[in-house]
Amino acid sequence: MYTQAMDIPDESGNPGGKKLSVVSAPQSEQEAAFEARIDADGRIEPQDWMPEAYRKTLVRQISQHAHSEVVGMLPEGNWISRAPSLKRKAILIAKVQDEGGHGLYLYSAAETLGTGRDEMIAGLLSGRAKYSSIFNYPTLNWADVGVIGWLVDGAAIMNQIPLCRCSYGPYARAMIRVCKEESFHQRQGYEALLVMMKGTEAQRRMVQDAVDRLWWKCLAMFGPPDADSPHSAQGMRWGIKRVSNDELRQKFIDATVPQAKVLGVTLPDPDLKWNEARGHHDYGQIDWQEFWNTVEGNGPCNKERLATRVKAHEDGRWVREAALAHARKQQARASKEAA
Amino acid sequence: MSTAPNDYLLHLADNAVVLGQRDAEWCGHGPILEEDLALANVSLDLIGQARLLYQLAAARSGGGATEDSLAYFRDDTAFRNYTLLELPNHGALVGYAASDRDYATTIVRNFLYSALMVLLWDALQKSPDADLAAIAAKSLKEARYHLHHAADWVVKFGDGTEESHARAQAALDHLFPYTEEFWTPSAAEDAAIASGAAVDVRTLRAAWDAIVADTLAEATLKRPEVRGYVPEGKQGRHSEHLSYLLGEMQGLARAHPDGTW
Repeated sequence: MYTQAMDIPDESGNPGGKKLSVVSAPQSEQEAAFEARIDADGRIEPQDWMPEAYRKTLVRQISQHAHSEVVGMLPEGNWISRAPSLKRKAILIAKVQDEGGHGLYLYSAAETLGTGRDEMIAGLLSGRAKYSSIFNYPTLNWADVGVIGWLVDGAAIMNQIPLCRCSYGPYARAMIRVCKEESFHQRQGYEALLVMMKGTEAQRRMVQDAVDRLWWKCLAMFGPPDADSPHSAQGMRWGIKRVSNDELRQKFIDATVPQAKVLGVTLPDPDLKWNEARGHHDYGQIDWQEFWNTVEGNGPCNKERLATRVKAHEDGRWVREAALAHARKQQARASKEAA
Repeated sequence: MSTAPNDYLLHLADNAVVLGQRDAEWCGHGPILEEDLALANVSLDLIGQARLLYQLAAARSGGGATEDSLAYFRDDTAFRNYTLLELPNHGALVGYAASDRDYATTIVRNFLYSALMVLLWDALQKSPDADLAAIAAKSLKEARYHLHHAADWVVKFGDGTEESHARAQAALDHLFPYTEEFWTPSAAEDAAIASGAAVDVRTLRAAWDAIVADTLAEATLKRPEVRGYVPEGKQGRHSEHLSYLLGEMQGLARAHPDGTW
């Protein structure tokens, strides 16, 4: 899934509130080489020199993305035990497992920048690090699972396709794999909804209810309007961000409207209509006040999501300690034998 | 060609779906991300096995039965799974008690069950019931991985810290008596043995004992003494826990009996 990372400063990020200059004047050979590689659309690799601010921005973005994958397991996991057929149960478990897998390789990509997984997870559990706000909304009926696949993963793909060309090599490569799996999830989600729409009236109501609740939240996933997006300019300059929030949002809406029509659901926006002159759909106002409330921790499920991550971590401590203790004992036994 | 009676297929399928449901409860709550993925994998394998077995049973019974009618529209007393597999992922408590999940309970249960299934699937892959043999051959590969994963953790727990050792021993003490059910054939198993399509589980007992003894020795854990009550889940007489598990699993499907998913 996805994080609106570039736009959501962590409390840990950018210490001292120092402003990042958009185009910094190269001060050393190393910096000049870095800037030249960025200008030539080349890849930065872990062993390459990079400015500290670039490193920090990437650690923040990639770890937020990893946290989003891991927290994102919870709203969908909520329906595993109740999936209404064995086929859908298997698909859902595999999907949630994929999200966990994305979390793993994103943590690994971030580790190439010199920050350990434990440190990143500590940031999440303390509430310092952010994750995508879309996961702070409840999943209230089975159709939410399909709509998360169709719309949430759909929005994630819009955001992540450009990241496959991100200037930082390990992140770009991780995103190629993530995007392939997300497209698969999106098609699966849409297919599940198509089947439900051909079912009973109650099933069609479930699908519409899920779309009504999630549509606006998905539009907000692209982050604040470009005018209010503080990190975007530097991100664009560094080749970390490639397409602006508003452009991505528009692309998502234009792609989704015909899909909604085929599905037979209404998108809950009376202002949504085709604008011939722009060649795009016009759409209504996103409730940014509600979005920021949720980002700041006061959405419907923030406390439950975070507390659940904390509990899993605390409850699992003895397991991790056992694995470590066993490994140490084995090592000790091996060196004793060798001696 | 001899075919296994449907009751026997349902016994195998119910085992897989019920444990698949329990293992999936860890999804999003594992002690470390790698274990979240591993348990999801085990659960997926088990649900896959259940689907194949239910499909086979449905095709053979006719009358419009499907994998989902068998999984979702039979009541708890019709379920033929081992009682061991329906127990919650925590220590011994009554049906309506609430408790935190305990990873030692989950791992020890997976260990005791997969140690049986590597032997049973291995035997069943030679069954003259070709459909069952094919499912067994596929499931054997999966069960080997499940056993490897669980035994590895049993050793880590036993050898790890004082706390992990105590938790693993407590889980063994709690769960071991339920394995007695493995060795007392049900009417369905007797019929399956008589059909020639299945093996007598009692012939696998020595090999199972050996797997368990090896792992427990490496883990420095003690095999509990077992006496008294022998559970009868596979004969439809379950613990207090199965109806809760099925209530949750079947609720949505039953609320929309005409739904298509």
